[in-house]
Amino acid sequence: MSETEKNTNPPDIEPSSTRRSFFTKLWILLGVVALAELVAVLFGFFKPRKQTISATGVESVINAGSVEKFDPGTVTAFVRGKFYLARLADGGFLALSRTCTHLGCTVPWVAKENKFICPCHSSEFDISGEVISPPAPRALDIFQVTIENNLIKVDTTKRMKRSSFDTAQIVYAEKG
Amino acid sequence: MNRILSSIFPSLSKPRREGRSSIKLLNSLLLHFRPRTVNERTLRFSLTWGLGGMAAVLVFLLFCTGIMLKFVYEPFPGRAYDSIIYLQQNIIFGQLIRNTHHWSGNILLLGVFLHFLRVFFTGAFTAPRQFNWIIGLALLGSVLISAFTGYLLPWDQLGFWAVTICTSMLEYIPLVGKWLQESIQGGPEMGPAILTNFYAIHTAVMPLVLVFLMGFHFWRVRKAKGLVILRSPDESPETRGDTVPSIPNLLVREIAVGLALLAFMLVFAMLFNAPLADKANPGLSPNPTKAPWYFMGIQELLMHFHPLFSLVIIPLLLALFLLAVPYLDYGEDNTGGVWFFSHRGRKIALLSVLVALPVSTLFIMANEFLVDFGTMLPGLPDAVSNGLIPFILCLLVLAGFYSFIKKKYSASKHEMVQAVFVFLLTAFVVLTVMGIWFRGPGMNLTLPL
Repeated sequence: MSETEKNTNPPDIEPSSTRRSFFTKLWILLGVVALAELVAVLFGFFKPRKQTISATGVESVINAGSVEKFDPGTVTAFVRGKFYLARLADGGFLALSRTCTHLGCTVPWVAKENKFICPCHSSEFDISGEVISPPAPRALDIFQVTIENNLIKVDTTKRMKRSSFDTAQIVYAEKG
Repeated sequence: MNRILSSIFPSLSKPRREGRSSIKLLNSLLLHFRPRTVNERTLRFSLTWGLGGMAAVLVFLLFCTGIMLKFVYEPFPGRAYDSIIYLQQNIIFGQLIRNTHHWSGNILLLGVFLHFLRVFFTGAFTAPRQFNWIIGLALLGSVLISAFTGYLLPWDQLGFWAVTICTSMLEYIPLVGKWLQESIQGGPEMGPAILTNFYAIHTAVMPLVLVFLMGFHFWRVRKAKGLVILRSPDESPETRGDTVPSIPNLLVREIAVGLALLAFMLVFAMLFNAPLADKANPGLSPNPTKAPWYFMGIQELLMHFHPLFSLVIIPLLLALFLLAVPYLDYGEDNTGGVWFFSHRGRKIALLSVLVALPVSTLFIMANEFLVDFGTMLPGLPDAVSNGLIPFILCLLVLAGFYSFIKKKYSASKHEMVQAVFVFLLTAFVVLTVMGIWFRGPGMNLTLPL
C-alpha cells in the first residue's frame, strides 16, 4: 500500500530514504573528497622547495680550513655558506648564522666594537651570538661544526635554533 | 563580406528605425552592468569624490601596463634586475610604462583607502550595504597584497629587504607562523622560490581575485539600488532627489573623472621615475631597512610592542572591529548619506582627532625615550612586560576616552563607533608617518632630512 503511494508522488515523501537522496549524499561526499585533494595539491605546490635550495650550486658542507688559521677572539665571514665562524677566547668554535633572529636582516660583525650590530633595528649580539641588546628575541642560530684532523667542517643544512648561548654548543679541537 | 560582418554584429543588418540606434546599443550593452537611471543626488562630487571610479580606472591602467611589463620582465633572481634595467634603458617608453605601473599602484592604494574612509563617514555601510562593506575590505586587502608582491619583483635592495623583514614578521604568528614563513620565503632564509611565489601571486592570482571581487562589489551596488543618497543632517531619510537617466548624466561624469585621472597619471609618470635601488645583495642589509610605506604603521607598532601583540593580536582585533562595523546594532537610527552621521557626530569626530593625535605621539615618544617596561620589570617574560602591559595601558586610554565622550555628549551608537574608528585611524596615521619620515639609521627617531 505504502509503496504505491510513494510511486504516485515520489519527490515529496520521505526524501531521506529514497535513491535520489542517496545519490545526493554520494555527490556531496565526492565533492568533499575532490576538495580535499585540491587542497592537498595546492599545499604540495606551495611547500618549501628543498630541491631548489640544494640546487643553487652551494655545497652544503663547507671546509673552513685548519684550526690554526683562526686566532682566538676573532670572527671570520663565510659568504658562500652564509655563516660566521667565531673562535672564542678559550679556543672553541661556533658557526653562527648571519640572519638576525628579529626580522631576518643580515648582521655584520663590527670588529671595532667586538659585536654583531643589526642595521635594521639595532639588535646587538656578542661573539658567541648571545643577545646583548634587544629587540632580537633569541641568540643567533648556529650550524653544526665538526673538527677532524684539525680541519673544520660546517654543515649548513644543520641549522640549530637556540634561545641563548650555552657552553655545550662550543666545539673544541682535540688536543693532541 | 557583408555576411561575415552581419554574423559579428547582427544588429547592423537590421534596418535602422531611428537615428539613435548607437545609443540604444550602448544602453543594452551596459544594461546589466550600469543602472538605466540614477538618483540625481548620488551624482554629486562631494558624495563620492569619484574615488571608487578612480580605483576601477587605475586597476584597468595597471592591467594594461602590467601586461606590457610581463613581456620584458624575467622572474629569476639572477635576471630580474637586469631585465628591469634593460626595460628602462633599451625599450622605447619602457621607463614610462614602468613609472605608470608603479605610481598607479601606489595611488590606487591611497585611493581605495580614501574610498574606504568615504564609505565609513557617509554611513554607506548600513543596510542594505552591509555585505558590500565586507567585500570592500576584501578588496582593500587584495590591493595591499598585490602592491606588496609587486614590491619584490625588481629584485633590488629596496624590495628584497622590505620583503625580508615583512615575511620574517610571519614567524611570530603562533603555530603556523614558521611554516607560513618558510613556505613563502622558500626556506629558512629568503630563497629563489620567493620570487616565483610572488610573481605568480602578483601576475595571476591577485588579478583574478580583483576582477572577481570588483564584479561582486559593483553588482552589490546595483542590488542596493545605487549609492547611498547624500543629505544634510537636518533632512529626513525620506528626502530623495530626482531620478535622471544614467546616459548622459552619469556617463559624462565618469568619463570626465577617468580621463582627468589618466592625464594626471601620465604627467606624474613623466615627471617622477619609479625608485630602483642597487641589485639585491643578500649579504648586505641597508640601514635602515624599511617595509613598504603602507606597512610602516605595523613596523612602527613592532618597535613598541612584543611581536605577539604588534603582529597578531592588535591587527586581528582591528580586523574584527572593521568586519563588525556594519553588523553592530544601531537600532532605528538611519544615518546613511549624512557626512559624519550628525552635527554632533562632526564635533565628536574632530575631538577624536584632536585627542588621538597628541596621545599617540606622546606614547611613541615616551616609549622611545622614557619608559622601557622590559628593563623596569626584568622578572616578567617579554610578552608580558613589552606586550600585555602596554597593550592594556592603551586599551585603558581608549576606554577612558570612550566613556568620556559617551557621558559628555550622550552620543548615539553610530557616533561612538565613529569616535573609536577615528581614534584608531589617527593613531594608525601617526604610526605610519613616524615610521616613514621620522625613523633614520638604526631605526632611531630623527627629524626628516
